Amino acid sequence: MTAALILIALVTVGSAGVALALRNLIHSALLLVASWAGVAAFYLWAGAEFVAFAQVLVYVGAVSMIVLFAVLLTRRSRTELTLDSPSLVRAAAALLIGGALVGILFGAIIGTGIETPAGAAPHVTVRDLGTQLMTVHPAALLIVGAILTVALLGAVVIAATERKEGGDS
Amino acid sequence: MPLSPLQLCLLFSSALFCVGLVGALARSNAILVLLGIELMLNAANLNFIAFWRYGSASAPAGGVLFAVFSIAVAAAEAAVGLALIIAIYRHQRNVRLEEANRLKG
Repeated sequence: MTAALILIALVTVGSAGVALALRNLIHSALLLVASWAGVAAFYLWAGAEFVAFAQVLVYVGAVSMIVLFAVLLTRRSRTELTLDSPSLVRAAAALLIGGALVGILFGAIIGTGIETPAGAAPHVTVRDLGTQLMTVHPAALLIVGAILTVALLGAVVIAATERKEGGDS
Repeated sequence: MPLSPLQLCLLFSSALFCVGLVGALARSNAILVLLGIELMLNAANLNFIAFWRYGSASAPAGGVLFAVFSIAVAAAEAAVGLALIIAIYRHQRNVRLEEANRLKG
């Protein structure tokens, strides 16, 4: 049980770290798909099947496709896919900040004796989730629908190319 | 003292958060910065599920619902962010953040 969690964590964090260090954007995007799939595996491990499938559908399926499209739409030439190497000062500063944050968080987590109740995972079926959504949180559901609609329309408006006719307008 | 499973989950999510933070700070390509931010959001979702799994919940579906809503909002954020990156690319012909200083025009 714990070994599976450690394996999932190593695969997820490792592929995320390699993805953000690579210079080829396509490889980065594909490795991040592996990382998101690792997060979905963690949700399955924790017993939240619905969230795991939502993660697979949204991240592994949809967000990775948008990222790949963005990578392919924003390259300058057909052959150029690698980036010029990042500035060393910024990389060192970012590593310093990240390392300090890792130290603080790990120290706090390990130093705090968090008791975990030994009980099994709370059993929540999809039926329970649907009932809760429609009876307890219908306002949140409507707001999320409105956010998604507005955000996707806004994305289309921002990214749409305007064709110039005759030079003016 | 062996670590409890909840502590392992929290260590996992904080490691993922820091990887995302380092990526977002160190890279100058806008797409990679956005992917770092997505990783940080994923780390926050991991915490929701970890505390739902090991917490004493009065509402047993609360953590799952929160994570689902968070994933939905993160998807909207990714779509808008990548659309902005494409808009920046159309103005500047590259997506380096040092040179991206205007969206207008």
